[in-house]
Amino acid sequence: MQFDKELDARGLNCPLPIIKTKKALNDLGSGQVLRVTSTDSGSLKDMEAFAKQTGNELLSSAQDGGDYVFFLKKK
Amino acid sequence: MDQPKKMAIIATKGTLDWAYPPLILSSTAAALGYEVQVFCTFYGLSLLRKDLSGIKISPLANPAMPMPVPMPVMVQMLPGMEAMATMMMKNKMKSKGVASLEELRSLCLEAEVKFIACQMTVDLFEFQRSDFIDGIDYGGATTFLDFAGSADINLYI
Repeated sequence: MQFDKELDARGLNCPLPIIKTKKALNDLGSGQVLRVTSTDSGSLKDMEAFAKQTGNELLSSAQDGGDYVFFLKKK
Repeated sequence: MDQPKKMAIIATKGTLDWAYPPLILSSTAAALGYEVQVFCTFYGLSLLRKDLSGIKISPLANPAMPMPVPMPVMVQMLPGMEAMATMMMKNKMKSKGVASLEELRSLCLEAEVKFIACQMTVDLFEFQRSDFIDGIDYGGATTFLDFAGSADINLYI
């Protein structure tokens, strides 16, 4: 999937992946896509909740080995 | 979202384990677009001190704290045990990628979380305003209720 910016949040634990995601989205324009990689298994659920509450669209979330990969489209 | 949601927290505790929840929830809520106020009273004032290194955790009277080896209460009360438990906990947190209190507090301040120091307890413990970080407010119950009265989430921690 195409993306405009990438965030490596591996090794970080709650709530840092979400806060860093929010910060990374600040640098993007509407419709642009952020790719986030995390190792925090809680972020699977948290990223859904983040998208739901902020209106940014979670295009996909997947597990890749020990990593969780998310694609978020900025509102 | 037209009107931002609001979260109000009363932070009353000053040990390492109790210091985390208000800071984690505040920084996260702010990232989600909430307007957040944290009213710090009694030992919760320790969250506002310039130097957070005084915040510790004690295994004493805390049977739920996981210990690497079983430790009798008589040992837990020995001098230095609290410092050791705190150091072990902080090292563990670091290895698990858990943010430090300093980091979380910076994130809160950056995201414009409003901290209010309870003036009554500041006076009670004879703290000076110079003991605390800049950019916080000082007030009482009425100040808190003014915000909390219209908050979507109210927590007492």
